[in-house]
Amino acid sequence: MAETKFTFTEKKDTRSGFGDGLLEAGRKNDQVVGLCADLIGSLKMGAFQKEFPDRFFQTGIAEANMMGLAAGMTIGGKIPFTGTFANFSTGRVYDQIRQSIAYSEKNVKICASHAGVTLGEDGATHQILEDIGMMRMLPNMTVINPCDYNQTKAATLAISEFEGPVYLRFGRPKVPVFTADDQKFEIGKAINMIEGSDVTIFATGHLVWEAIEAEAILREKGISVELINIHTIKPLDEEAILKSVAKTGCVVTAEEHQRNGGLGDAVAQVLAQNNPAPQEFVAVNDQFGESGKPEELMKKYGLDADHIVAAVEKVLKRK
Amino acid sequence: MASQANIQELEKTASQVRRDILRMVHAVNSGHPGGSLGCTDFFVALYFHILKHNVDFNMDAKNEDLFFLSNGHISPVWYSVLARSGYFETSELNTFRKIDSRLQGHPTPEENLPGIRIASGSLGQGLSAALGAAQTKKLNNEDNLVYVLMGDGELQEGQIWEAAMYGAHHKVDNVIATVDYNGQQIDGPISEVMDLKDLRAKWLAFGWEVIESNGNDMKEIVKSLEHAKSLTGKGKPVLNLMKTEMGFGVDFMVGTHTWHGVAPNDEQLTDALSQLEETLRDY
Repeated sequence: MAETKFTFTEKKDTRSGFGDGLLEAGRKNDQVVGLCADLIGSLKMGAFQKEFPDRFFQTGIAEANMMGLAAGMTIGGKIPFTGTFANFSTGRVYDQIRQSIAYSEKNVKICASHAGVTLGEDGATHQILEDIGMMRMLPNMTVINPCDYNQTKAATLAISEFEGPVYLRFGRPKVPVFTADDQKFEIGKAINMIEGSDVTIFATGHLVWEAIEAEAILREKGISVELINIHTIKPLDEEAILKSVAKTGCVVTAEEHQRNGGLGDAVAQVLAQNNPAPQEFVAVNDQFGESGKPEELMKKYGLDADHIVAAVEKVLKRK
Repeated sequence: MASQANIQELEKTASQVRRDILRMVHAVNSGHPGGSLGCTDFFVALYFHILKHNVDFNMDAKNEDLFFLSNGHISPVWYSVLARSGYFETSELNTFRKIDSRLQGHPTPEENLPGIRIASGSLGQGLSAALGAAQTKKLNNEDNLVYVLMGDGELQEGQIWEAAMYGAHHKVDNVIATVDYNGQQIDGPISEVMDLKDLRAKWLAFGWEVIESNGNDMKEIVKSLEHAKSLTGKGKPVLNLMKTEMGFGVDFMVGTHTWHGVAPNDEQLTDALSQLEETLRDY
């Protein structure tokens, strides 16, 4: 296999990027407060709690109340970051987010770990694959799904400086750290990772690394891949999408999420309205996950580099 | 303490607010007059006597008391009281529930109506918001209080009890939460739909300071809210279990859930208005 265009020296979990980003955001701005529903260790919020005990609120296992508290705390200028698993950050509290945060235009940062099948052994009850869809449907909501530790840390800092409700999605497993540690995170601005001419892969979250590996495999087969990291799913960088597809003429989207409602749907909507193009979807196909190792689940549910390669080969035939 | 003259002024204002409520819901043949009428005296006492607030609206409300309405369907009484307090022109009450209005069926800050800080309507969410806002007041070293009104039927929502646990655990003692204890909900008496049993005991068991009051007697309301204020700052949030009668002030509406979400017709409106003195000029 050819070498990947990005390399890494270590693997780290994106949730640690959140925890370290939150600590730094807390140091930069004393209006930043943290709330957690009995998952401080899992969310890596312990350092923030230790350094800012007066600005940290344990809510117990009561996520609905946590969302309401956070909404209320914004009145008077606080910038609340809520922390729990992605499942309990979205589906469990959808109406609280809808009414008290999104419709009320509250400056709450909903920070969600353990998203997707890479949660692993805990199984489908906790492996939410519908959260991006739910959150991007809400008016006023910004939806961000960074790809590695560094990007998650940068995103956490960026949303602390952004006014408005945000859903920040990240994960549990240790994954390659391949983006710059000094990157500036621009909300809503896609990142062109690799330039190419035959096909565009739009990837988000953990699937960006899988796409980097897929690109190396495809390059060896003589296929020129453009890879764009869509870390912000809403607002979507339509300009970057249309510019790339005008060049390549076909698309593969890749995400650790249901095919319904996710990045693929969002990209398809932009293309259907502006420049219809063949598209293949690397995503979970209307199923719940199951227990297993993250890499086993990525393979079984069609989310790894090999599946991206297959999707590219398929879409190229439809060009 | 409010003087006798003050109480009479508040009662006069309440009469006008009740007229506003009836005219608002009648004009659009929708809305919730029952709970609005039952809570009119509380709202008037709060906004015209108890609350330290600034009608030049600022979302962050620094150095002001705050009020949250959790049972947002009784928006008519809130809109009337906000207008009569000077947050916006009373003529705007004409737009209630109509297209392009800031006075939505259920209150929202999205339309930038002065006085509204969070949306409510989907029940059970207001106490959480009030506790959060109260903790921000503490973090900002403000000694102002945060008030919230909930319906009693609304206490069937689980989130209320999550919030109740939280308020006591975190000693959010700058909150005065009032329950509109009218014993009615849409499908009938609460005791038949889903009995709340001993509410006082429930809130006490959750660790709150509990007072009981009569919400349809102006003097009593003022006295109980001042008593509630005296209980703040002592390590416990305060719960005011306020007995009211749905539809209070109009003889054919009082004490029944029938008028929860039903507007009076022309004839009924005339009858109802004849029972309520026009004290501040109709809008």
